[in-house]
Amino acid sequence: MTASVLPPAIVLIIGGLVLPMLPVRLRGFTILALPLATLLLVWQVPDGAALRLPFLGYELTPVKGDALSRLFATVFAGVAFAGGLFALNQSRVVELAAAFCYAGGAIGVVFAGDLISLFVFWELMAIASTLVVWSAGPSARGAGLRYAAIHLLGGVLLMAGIAGEVASTGSLALGRLELDSLSRGLILAGFLINAGAWPISSWLPDAYPESSWSGMVFLSAFTTKAAVYVLLRCFPGTELLIYVGLFMVFYGIVYAILENDMRRILAYSIVSQVGFMVTGIGIGTELALNGVAAHAFAHIAYKALLLMSAGSVLYMTGKRKCTELGGLFRSMPLTTVCGIVGALSISSFPLTSGFVSKSMISEAAGVQRLEVVWYLLAAASAGTSLYAGIKFPWFVFFQKDSGLRPADPPWNMRAAMVLCAALCIGIGVLPGPLYAILPYPVAYVPYTASHVVFYLQLLLFSGLAFFLMRGWLKRTLTITLDVDWLHRRPGLALARILNRAAETAWNGVVDSSGRAVRWMSSGVQRYHGLDGILARTWPTGAMAFWMTIMLATYLILSYL
Amino acid sequence: MNAVWPHLPAWQVVIPLLGAALVAFLRHSGAAFAVALAVSWLMPLIAGAMLWQVLATGPISYHLGSWPPPWGIEYRVDVLSGFVLVLVSAVGAVVMPFARRSVAFEVEDGQQAWFYCMYLLCLTGLLGIVITGDAFNAFVFLEVSSLSTYVLVALGRDRRALLAAFQYLILGTIGATFYIIGVGLLYLLTGSLNMVDIAARLGPEWADHSRAIVAALAFITVGVSLKLALFPLHAWLPNAYAYAPSWVTVFLSATATKVAIYLLVRYYFSIFGVAIEFRDLPETEIILVLSVAAMFVASLIAVFQTDLKRMLAYSSVAQIGYITLGIGLANQAGLTGGLVHIVNHALMKAALFLAVGAIFFRVRSVRLPDLAGIGRRMPVTMTAFTIGCLGLVGTPGTSGFISKWYLALGAFDKGWWVLVFLIVGSSLIALVYVGRVLEVVWLREPSAAIADASDPPLSMLLPLVVLAAATIYFGFDTGWTAGIADIAARDLLGGLR
Repeated sequence: MTASVLPPAIVLIIGGLVLPMLPVRLRGFTILALPLATLLLVWQVPDGAALRLPFLGYELTPVKGDALSRLFATVFAGVAFAGGLFALNQSRVVELAAAFCYAGGAIGVVFAGDLISLFVFWELMAIASTLVVWSAGPSARGAGLRYAAIHLLGGVLLMAGIAGEVASTGSLALGRLELDSLSRGLILAGFLINAGAWPISSWLPDAYPESSWSGMVFLSAFTTKAAVYVLLRCFPGTELLIYVGLFMVFYGIVYAILENDMRRILAYSIVSQVGFMVTGIGIGTELALNGVAAHAFAHIAYKALLLMSAGSVLYMTGKRKCTELGGLFRSMPLTTVCGIVGALSISSFPLTSGFVSKSMISEAAGVQRLEVVWYLLAAASAGTSLYAGIKFPWFVFFQKDSGLRPADPPWNMRAAMVLCAALCIGIGVLPGPLYAILPYPVAYVPYTASHVVFYLQLLLFSGLAFFLMRGWLKRTLTITLDVDWLHRRPGLALARILNRAAETAWNGVVDSSGRAVRWMSSGVQRYHGLDGILARTWPTGAMAFWMTIMLATYLILSYL
Repeated sequence: MNAVWPHLPAWQVVIPLLGAALVAFLRHSGAAFAVALAVSWLMPLIAGAMLWQVLATGPISYHLGSWPPPWGIEYRVDVLSGFVLVLVSAVGAVVMPFARRSVAFEVEDGQQAWFYCMYLLCLTGLLGIVITGDAFNAFVFLEVSSLSTYVLVALGRDRRALLAAFQYLILGTIGATFYIIGVGLLYLLTGSLNMVDIAARLGPEWADHSRAIVAALAFITVGVSLKLALFPLHAWLPNAYAYAPSWVTVFLSATATKVAIYLLVRYYFSIFGVAIEFRDLPETEIILVLSVAAMFVASLIAVFQTDLKRMLAYSSVAQIGYITLGIGLANQAGLTGGLVHIVNHALMKAALFLAVGAIFFRVRSVRLPDLAGIGRRMPVTMTAFTIGCLGLVGTPGTSGFISKWYLALGAFDKGWWVLVFLIVGSSLIALVYVGRVLEVVWLREPSAAIADASDPPLSMLLPLVVLAAATIYFGFDTGWTAGIADIAARDLLGGLR
């Protein structure tokens, strides 16, 4: 084992494991110190392999640095800090412990220099994130199980792919992979499951909103973005990803518009935003990949901010449904402002982080003369501002007066929100430092007249559309998406039916832990159940009979 | 020193045998435990010294009573047998301290000394099977270990233990009969009982008239398959494991089936594989099919069990499927995977059954509905249990991952994609049955039944923690497990025709 640096992931993982054992007064300090120490270590990692480890006859490189790794690790450590600050008064210490292991796993993934190290950290993330979901309490139990099953399925595909890759090429190297063999297809499938790609994306809006008010901040940051990182590392320029990404973009938007629960809106918007990134990876030019990296960075910041403001509302009111909220700006001014900053960022309003990153991906599509992709991305930007940029703050903080008068949340939650909001605006105003740490040199200038005017027009018209359609958007919300109302609106009804179909397929095929087992159990239970033929205590004679059968089979087959 | 060092192979078997006799005379439970503990702790030292010597200088051949083979009985230690000897004796040594309180709790006072006597006999038999190089001597040791096992199972307080032990006795005897018929056929053919000698005498010239060899192989395969609980000959196992005293289950699950697997490997690769084109025989294919069936059928049965011990017993049947799968693959990576899973599964399953024993010690029940929220009352025990569960699923960072990795590679080397999916897919079923338990023990509110449960005393906790730590440790440092298994697999495959 040769090491020139302490692996950054280790600090958070070990810290997370000892956190529950610490006395309460040391906890707050530890929660804030661990991510900062990690951040420091992240920037100590040199270019190239920094740690080698023999394992199973291979040479593993659990830590290998370059610009892309450091960029992702930086934002992961950053969000661990902000999330930790936000969650200081979370009484369930298990959640924070799991969240830190989860963050450590994500940082491990981005520094992994080979496929096995990657897989180990990948599974750590799956387990730790399941614990984060579960620590929300009994209501999250089912969602957590479904979540774990999907991620272990993804792990199975990934492991089969990695084993195939090793068996066929003998190499564990984590680098660009051409999509030319079954094993690589499996690796890609494993990655895409974690990215929330359709058709296996419903785990995300299913599980994340069931987590606690603080848990979702962590969940939104790591799994999907670690998947974006590995796609960026292994499959840049794979054309398939353009289509997958675009589908995710619109899937997320359609369901976010239909949704009533504020945290489910934000969960669908994660799918949609990750779709932008996957599309950019599919385009695969340096500009696009820079855009993806920048957008991942910006997205983590503003999504954390949005979820913190939603989390604050949930923390103070205990309510999640848009229809039950409204008019909170009177008593929660800071939360409102921060929510609006996040909403502007996600809608890529000029002077916010979303603008300087998302426009790079669109620009890359334009430069590559992918007109259809460009138009679709533009339309999606408008859609994004409609559901997340306007709908979320409007229905939660303004609209009707719900009569609720909660105060702004405690100081640490306010501080975390202000920190993220400052970051969103800071990047938007001064994109230089972010551009400086991107993997490729940046020649892109976000603030040109045409960009600014284009995005302002887009936002203006989507804003106009929202307020014109506010009437029926609101009506849907007051009756909480009643299905029979949808029958009268064919377009939306179709979407809903598609959703149902997708969900049914998803439940039937993939959800092996919960519903699928029950669904199959009538068949399986007959043979395997407690009194099933196979599980019963067999009579001794039957066993002796089986031995004779086996002996006969061997002999007959041998003499044939 | 000269009295000890050259005679290590004999000491390995003679010491526990003498220990058993001594215990039979002492008849005092405390003294019996002390003898059993001393013997158990001595065994891994001897086995380790022999393995070390084998790795340094090659196989040890020890002539019992100085009668040279093939007339006298030869004890033969090569890498594979050294590896299994260390495993069996080390597991015995680690879990022995647990026995004192657990046995005092579960076995009637007057029978405790006999319990340790039977344990020492069982240990003698198991170590003897592994160390001997003589086919008939292996049968004798097989019977020594089996007979003592029947008694150990029958000592369970649950009255169903008697029936389970009786069924095991009948079936075990049939299995042993099949085995000895196979050995008899071999003796008829070659006139020898020494394994190395049989292999040499069978030789290539027998390939043409190999019908008797094939019959011998079929008898031995079926007989040993019963002992190792290969699906569908597993049906004695769930009851025997479920109703035996907790500690017996721990010891049997980690050693008895593993030794039977050793015997199968020995016959396949060191005797028959040398004589005939072994890969062409239907045995490998049948074993592959049955292994996959075991992985799925037994796992699915485990999903529905409400008794924790039975669930883990079915899980054992499934995990044995992984091991025999590696044997059926019969290539370097696959066989390594099978052999390394012998160790990995022994360690994790011993940890799991120890945890179950600890639960029974505190709660007097191992039924799942009674155990809601027990993770909060017995945190250390259940953490170790959880680690064992993760090992069963094959999570990276646990030793279970190492086994599955090699098995998947072995399947790839054959180009069998579907098998790779079956290997990794079956771990999803394992996830379901352990997930179900973990959900109940960690996430439910503690029930009244476990209100005053707490972690067991240190003598019970320590073996559990050591085994759970080993499950993690061997997930990272594979030099001792996969490294030696790799050498053993190379030796075995190198001898094949």
